[in-house]
Amino acid sequence: MTGILGNSILEICYIAASITFILGLKMLSSPDKARKGNLYAAYGMGLAIVATILFKEEFSSEKTLNYVLIFAGLLVGTVVGTRMALKVKMTAMPQMVSFFNGMGGACAAVISLVEFDHVMHTGEFDLGLMIVIILGLIIGSVSFAGSIIAYGKLEGKIGDKAFPGSQIINILLLIAIVGLGGYLASMSVPSSTLLYAVLGISLLYGVLFVMPIGGADMPVVISLLNSFTGVAAAFGGFIYGNQAMLTGGILVGSAGTILTVLMCTAMNRSLANVIIGSFGGGGAAAAAGGEQGTVKEITATDAAILLAYASKVSVVPGYGLAVAQAQHTVHSLEKALDDKGVEFTYAIHPVAGRMPGHMNVLLAEADVPYPKLLEMEDANDQMANTDVVLVIGANDVVNPAAENDPSSPIYGMPIIQVLDAKNVIVMKRSMGKGYAGIENELFFHDKNRMLFGDAKDSLEKLIAEVKSL
Amino acid sequence: MDQILTLFYENREFIFLIIVSIFLGIEVISNVPAVLHTPLMSGANAIHGVVIIGSIIIMLEADPTNYFALILGFLAVVLGTLNVVGGFVVTNRMLEMFKKKDKK
Repeated sequence: MTGILGNSILEICYIAASITFILGLKMLSSPDKARKGNLYAAYGMGLAIVATILFKEEFSSEKTLNYVLIFAGLLVGTVVGTRMALKVKMTAMPQMVSFFNGMGGACAAVISLVEFDHVMHTGEFDLGLMIVIILGLIIGSVSFAGSIIAYGKLEGKIGDKAFPGSQIINILLLIAIVGLGGYLASMSVPSSTLLYAVLGISLLYGVLFVMPIGGADMPVVISLLNSFTGVAAAFGGFIYGNQAMLTGGILVGSAGTILTVLMCTAMNRSLANVIIGSFGGGGAAAAAGGEQGTVKEITATDAAILLAYASKVSVVPGYGLAVAQAQHTVHSLEKALDDKGVEFTYAIHPVAGRMPGHMNVLLAEADVPYPKLLEMEDANDQMANTDVVLVIGANDVVNPAAENDPSSPIYGMPIIQVLDAKNVIVMKRSMGKGYAGIENELFFHDKNRMLFGDAKDSLEKLIAEVKSL
Repeated sequence: MDQILTLFYENREFIFLIIVSIFLGIEVISNVPAVLHTPLMSGANAIHGVVIIGSIIIMLEADPTNYFALILGFLAVVLGTLNVVGGFVVTNRMLEMFKKKDKK
């Protein structure tokens, strides 16, 4: 069905979908409505997809193959996507988001390729259309390549590789993309070869753009690439004059940009610093000068006594806790100490884990009650009357260098001030460095004791000792 | 110059829509607590999967004998669906955990 009735139904569905996207995003920013918001947006998306298939074009029998391929594509994507999303571990969430983001970017780039081909066939070269097609291709492919590299880095398959002059190469590539893209758009008869050159350089730029950025900054990069894909989707909306794509894409583009800025603020760094700073490479050199002190170890028995006779204990969880899958174990320790009348809280740094809010999700998975999770400011206020701070698998977020060493790459990042507490116990697998790749002087401090071992094993020993007291 | 002005004038409604959407996007999420940053990013990620509509339109308009467009269009549908379905399911899984806790 097309005609005026079909077209009107289609547009009404698009308006409804746009409303669900706005409401969905709005509801995603409040904890009790978030899940509903996500479902609303999903329903809106479903509606827009079904309406497009039914009402966009009149069904004709010679296009049966097209319809079969659409349904096959939807089926393959749904089955594979659902399986991946259900199987992924909570700790691997950031790279999963990055992967799905890359798929969206690739989709936008492919749309531009097909539309370019279409324009070449019809011969209707319109400047506006060409600009939109080329921009969609560039941004989509940068987002795709960048997201896949970010995915590989977080999976640990790709290391940080900063080589001298990479900034200059990136700037040159960017100039090449803009120059070639502009020239391509202005040609009276556009060249396919040039289009594929732009595609190639954009993919290369996406790779080189993310490659030197260190692990600690990866969440910011994923958020930025997320807004890129939003913009690429909006260009798709421009090509087809489709308002649902346009509003959905732009909304994500602008909300994603703000989210990126919020994340940078949480780490007290500017976006430019993240992109140009190449954290991973520069950090190691700055840290090499730090002198090594002596580290004092503590046994599980002594640690348990310290904990059981404290009146207030605070845990600073980090990614190490999540990797050891110890979020349930730490919750058991919380209950064991609760029975002894010890007040137990969690001090959550905004960027604990791999993404802001990631740690809250992980602890929520283990049924830790929400009121026990303190945000950094509240935790720091209470630190002075805390008897024992237990740092589990966290490193950079408790590194005092962020406050007193201007040469440190993390200088200026707000930290959890564990040294204000009476005792600190750091549970770590080894003396290895944190994600920012720098030394932590906290480990050598007088107040601090180290409890080496796998976080889960150590916690289980602690629980057994606490219970036997 | 004239060409650019014509371009602007012909698309003035879209440009208007874009500007309003930008401000709306900023406004809608400006009060989000840090706890929800991860699910919000994931949810936004699913929403830009709306690009799938473009890939469906390609397939609907493609000439059934143009295999280049059909193959790429099919690929685009798969990629877009991965983005949409994977994105929403992952977000839902994350938010499910918040919900469990609310009941207690």
